[in-house]
Amino acid sequence: MNMGFETILFEKKDSVAEITLNRPQAYNAFTEQMNKEIKKALVNATKDDDIKCIVITGSGKAFCSGQDLSEVDNQTNHANFLRDRYHPMLKTLKETPKPVIAAINGTAAGAGMGLALACDFRLMRSNAKLVSAFMNIGLVPDSGFLYHLPRMVGYAKALEIAALGKPLTAEEARELGVVTNVLNEEEWDSGVNEFVLRIASLPTKAFSLIKRYMQNSMNIDYDTFLEQEAYAQRVAGLSEDHQEGLQAFIEKRKPNFIGK
Amino acid sequence: MNKYIKAFSEDHVGVIQLDRPNVLNALNREMVTEIVSQLQSFENNEDIRVIVIRGNELAFAAGADIDEMRDASPLDLELLNPFAEWDKISLIKKPILAAVNGFALGGGFELALHCDVILAAEDAKFGFPEVKLGVLPGAGGTQFLTKAMGTRKALEWIWLGEQMTANEALKYGVINRVVAKELVVEETMRLAFQLVEQPPISLRLIKEAVYAARDLPLQEGKNLERKNFYLAFASEDQKEGMQAFIDKRPPTFKGR
Repeated sequence: MNMGFETILFEKKDSVAEITLNRPQAYNAFTEQMNKEIKKALVNATKDDDIKCIVITGSGKAFCSGQDLSEVDNQTNHANFLRDRYHPMLKTLKETPKPVIAAINGTAAGAGMGLALACDFRLMRSNAKLVSAFMNIGLVPDSGFLYHLPRMVGYAKALEIAALGKPLTAEEARELGVVTNVLNEEEWDSGVNEFVLRIASLPTKAFSLIKRYMQNSMNIDYDTFLEQEAYAQRVAGLSEDHQEGLQAFIEKRKPNFIGK
Repeated sequence: MNKYIKAFSEDHVGVIQLDRPNVLNALNREMVTEIVSQLQSFENNEDIRVIVIRGNELAFAAGADIDEMRDASPLDLELLNPFAEWDKISLIKKPILAAVNGFALGGGFELALHCDVILAAEDAKFGFPEVKLGVLPGAGGTQFLTKAMGTRKALEWIWLGEQMTANEALKYGVINRVVAKELVVEETMRLAFQLVEQPPISLRLIKEAVYAARDLPLQEGKNLERKNFYLAFASEDQKEGMQAFIDKRPPTFKGR
């Protein structure tokens, strides 16, 4: 079931695919292999019709500590490093129509924070931190960080976080709207599970349209957006879930969505 | 009987659906001949006012059959003159719309570029990978793309052979609209039905004049436009159009 992966665990349970970054001795730091395995797992989950929702989490204490610096030296071309390793993973994450939840079980630093920000939802353990570590080693936040963060918290706050690099506590992240919910140690497993099942039971076809067009809406003019809204509603209007929703409303029962 | 395409019509729109799904609609010579014959048949059918070419969900058309040409000698190609068939597409005077889902690569991209209007899915991909095979586009790709996006960008794309997203193609004026991938055919048909309501004689005279603007020196193009303008006055639709305007009612065009 783990598809020969070595740096991640990949598990499908009912309608949920879980990707666990699994290099706990290195706080789940990214290696080239891990970037590639995450991408491959995302593609697999995307193609699997039974999967309605994808979870990314870490094993051990950390979510992900960012790039494994043992792979970086003075010969590293940082541009190609991103193009070859991170961008294919990030583009796959953006393109998957399925909801992706980052279950931030422990600290997410550097590109690990970038990965969390690139997901659709974030849940965070109360003692975890989000750390933009890049400036500490004279680099700029990458892996989509500078794209996603200002869209979530506004430019001024994002600049502050990116430049000053002060770790965000789970509570601060929640107040800023970066994470949906903060869960303490005891409620973590059940709380994540509950949220994941709630997302998986949504009409995920409609969700995919929300994701597709809300992302677009940040980058286009109003008239273009309104046309896209018409596309989105036309496609949703043709979905089986919409028919089910209408029927359930008439019958005064809870709808049973199948994501089609 | 067609082997590689399906053809049907719907309310004055003639539809050609490329149908070699097991090879992502890769074009072979027989298929091109079928497309051209079908276009000519629609062109000669008075009931058809607009033509749509579409693929399937995965591909408009992903390239050409490599096997068909791999061992060809230059003289074989010269004598076969395989691309002459494509020139006939440019003789069609009715509007041709392309509905592109998925890949439009190589010959598939060239087929789309032979159409007058291109609508594409958000995740459609266009490109000329020929360079990676040690050749170059042969069915008009270098010409059409350059006329659409300009010399420098065309060189960059055709040299590298990389795939262009629909949004990039839109940005450079290579395609007309980017629409939801689920709705490419629906939106193309919507545009086709809008064109069905327009006076067909005007449409064909406009088509000829616009391509003259692309291909002829300005004064020659203006001369042609003028002649076409005068020619429009031979049509009943011109009389109806102008009368309806004066009467403040919507016109009914007959295509005469």
